[in-house]
Amino acid sequence: MPEQRPPSGEEMDQRQARLEQMVEDLLREARRQGASSAEAGVSQDSGLTVDVRMGELETIEHTRDQGLGITVYFGHRKASASTSDFSPEAIRETVQAACNIARFTTEDPCAGLADPGSMARTVPDLDLYHPWAPTPEQAIELCIRCETAAREVDPRISNSEGATLNTHAGLQVYGNTHGFVGSYPSSRHSLSCAVVGREGDSMQRDYWYTAARAPEELEASEQVGRRAGERTLARLGARRIGTCRVPVIFQAEMAVSLLRGLVGAISGSNLYRRSSFLLDSLEERLFPEFVHIHENPLLPRGLASAPFDSEGVATAPKDFVTGGVLKSYALSNYSACRLGMRTTGNAGGVRNLAIDPGEQDLDGLLALMDRGLLVTEMMGSGLNMVTGDYSRGAAGFWVENGEIQYPVEEITIAGNLRQMFAGLMAVGNDEERRGSIRTGSWLLESITVAGE
Amino acid sequence: MPSSIDIARQTLLSPADLQDHDLNRVMDQLLSPDIDAADLYFQSSRLESWVLEDGIIREGSYSIEQGVGVRAICGEKTGFAYSDEIRLPTLLEAGRNARAIARSGNSGRIRVQPVQEPPRFYEPVNPLPSLSEEQKVELLHRLDREARRQDRRVIEVTASLVAAHDVVLIVGSDGSLNGDIRPLVRCNVHVIVEQDGRREQGSSGGGARRDFHYLLDQDRALEFAREAVRQALVNLEAVEAPAGTMPVVLGPGWPGVLLHEAIGHGLEGDFNRKGTSAFSGRIGERVASSHCTVVDDATLVGRRGSLSVDDEGTPGQNTVLIENGILKGYMQDRLNARLMGTASTGNGRRESYAHLPLPRMTNTYMLPGEHHPGDIIASVERGLYAVNFGGGQVDITSGKFVFSASEAYLIENGRIGPPVKGATLIGNGPDVLTRVSMVGDDLQLDAGVGTCGKEGQSVPVGVGQPTLKIDELTVGGTHA
Repeated sequence: MPEQRPPSGEEMDQRQARLEQMVEDLLREARRQGASSAEAGVSQDSGLTVDVRMGELETIEHTRDQGLGITVYFGHRKASASTSDFSPEAIRETVQAACNIARFTTEDPCAGLADPGSMARTVPDLDLYHPWAPTPEQAIELCIRCETAAREVDPRISNSEGATLNTHAGLQVYGNTHGFVGSYPSSRHSLSCAVVGREGDSMQRDYWYTAARAPEELEASEQVGRRAGERTLARLGARRIGTCRVPVIFQAEMAVSLLRGLVGAISGSNLYRRSSFLLDSLEERLFPEFVHIHENPLLPRGLASAPFDSEGVATAPKDFVTGGVLKSYALSNYSACRLGMRTTGNAGGVRNLAIDPGEQDLDGLLALMDRGLLVTEMMGSGLNMVTGDYSRGAAGFWVENGEIQYPVEEITIAGNLRQMFAGLMAVGNDEERRGSIRTGSWLLESITVAGE
Repeated sequence: MPSSIDIARQTLLSPADLQDHDLNRVMDQLLSPDIDAADLYFQSSRLESWVLEDGIIREGSYSIEQGVGVRAICGEKTGFAYSDEIRLPTLLEAGRNARAIARSGNSGRIRVQPVQEPPRFYEPVNPLPSLSEEQKVELLHRLDREARRQDRRVIEVTASLVAAHDVVLIVGSDGSLNGDIRPLVRCNVHVIVEQDGRREQGSSGGGARRDFHYLLDQDRALEFAREAVRQALVNLEAVEAPAGTMPVVLGPGWPGVLLHEAIGHGLEGDFNRKGTSAFSGRIGERVASSHCTVVDDATLVGRRGSLSVDDEGTPGQNTVLIENGILKGYMQDRLNARLMGTASTGNGRRESYAHLPLPRMTNTYMLPGEHHPGDIIASVERGLYAVNFGGGQVDITSGKFVFSASEAYLIENGRIGPPVKGATLIGNGPDVLTRVSMVGDDLQLDAGVGTCGKEGQSVPVGVGQPTLKIDELTVGGTHA
């Protein structure tokens, strides 16, 4: 099979220079076509995805993605265009399309580049680039070890959706007509496994995964497999419970989605459209006093780290919630202007948002709850961002005397996110760290569980 | 009129000066005695969108997506590579990468040959220039005015127009050359209303595989604006939703997302070949009450989920999934059909050239029954009447599925009562339809806004159903 090899430092420098030149050419072409200002981004990424199922290779996918996007401003009229085709004809068509569209959009005083003074002055090296490029044989071997470990957990693990290794590395460049051009390489690797267990007529499936910027930070493949197998096994024999109001623990991976609700509600685009349940909530107490929520976009090797945001604005660590009180929204230049504020460097989202962990591990939280529901999976979207009303399908475990009794399924949990935030009783130290949001498990006061 | 294949050749191959003998060469290199099947998927898409917010045209955007995907299959193994560049050298390189799953050398001798065009379920039009930019902008302003005119409590209006023109050319392992030109338009209106400090939202939209005139005909787009406001105002009055298991009456049309989640995904060929679906091995068994007949139909003219040919070159079909309650068949792409010893049902779909085809739904709906919708509601003493939904999700293996009501009412003593807040409904796919006790005579298809996600790939789909009554379903409200 063909081998891939990571590009050398020199090759990377050349590529970087070439893409930066491309951005500069795009900006020049936009100016030539009459744009008063413009911003452009180019990215290139290549990788390998290998799926193994039931001990055999299933798919090998060689990926090579590229994209180029430009936003033009004619005064305060905005338009954008993008292409995956980098031929000179396609690039010309792209810039022309943006400039043509800008003739028909409306003058909007907030539309434009972020202040020149807010641009990142340097592009710190956040240690995000650790290319791996295993051979397909090595990747298959890792996947087989992972899936085998999952299937060997118990004879009741009867089937598999397989194990997948995914490795990517690439370059991103952003520039605008303030003269800012920044670029950085990054990589991301992940290994996941999903298996099926059977008990009588009923089947259950669960999964586990690991993700990191550097291959040596991935969990061992056998461990990923084992956890997938154990999680599936634990769900076998799930039953329903009656409708009730009980305290609930959201296991760390699920608590992430509650924080994602917070992020949505404090995002500029929802605020200026009055589509958030946290409108005009700055300086309000949303959580109990022990809660501190902050982001660190500059975290070395962080999965969501970035030296500048998607408008070239310098990123920096920041507090969102201190002592339970909302201290900052997450704003881009445009949404900040609409709200009469300043950008918080959050164009493109939050980066490595985290809530301070508590003292207890998950067992400690279970003991604290004593009797209630541990939620380990949720289904459906179920959050009304305008009102904060929350209703989702769930599966997990029934807890009595601080101990797991049996798995439960086909139930819903419902409440209002604002009340759920206020009812947060404890955060665990079992931190989930595989995404842009980091948290331990959450213990919440009683909410409604619908079942039989 | 030139055939779709001719248009696709012109669009995709001519700029790179690719001739049939070049395609023969790529296919020859790709095929070997080990390889059971291979294909090339050339694609060129143009997408345009316009957004009105706060009374102004805030944004317009345009995007080009173009490239070629190369796939080789050997037993259950698939090799796949793609490139954003359509040129002979990159095609050959992608071919070498894709065929690396096979061991032995080349042996193929392929002659690329256009197929006889199958019937078309939409016109090969490009919707992007079907209205001038002035007309698109004016339409959005009309939607804004129409929404605000409905009620003074409307405080925010967002309206969008999207059009896509997708040209694909597919070369199969037998050298068959297939093409398809796929237009798609969509319009959405979202509003926020406010009364005494309470804010609520409503949204509506629709679209089709046609050009923009579809949205103007019969004032369809204006109706979306009125409908979004109506829903938002209903939500202003909504009380807490009930929590627990109760009879649920689903309205016609978009609530058919029930079928998509509860049974549709579970009947896709890949999960059934692997035995990971709650429906695996159940063909011929009763999975629904005798009132239920469900089809997946790619042949509806101009519908959002329709396909003249799927992404593997198989003509679109109308496949019976459940007939009078009995499970009849699965939805197949070529890979899974071959491995299960059956034929593709024309459900092989991919998001783009950069994704592998999977068995996916097209337009999934239940055929009408005999009951008058009013009688169905009158038969419920206490329950829920749900008429509009957001999305849904399913766990294929356990069969548990959810879908989220965005407009629903209590039913009290056979009458529609007060509206309730949005709530998630949860059930078990293999038995939810066995609890369908009444099916209405009012089949409706959705307005054309559905997008289905699977393994990270999004494709446009349609759903539909008549009014139907499920004797028992769990409603995830807050009022226990």
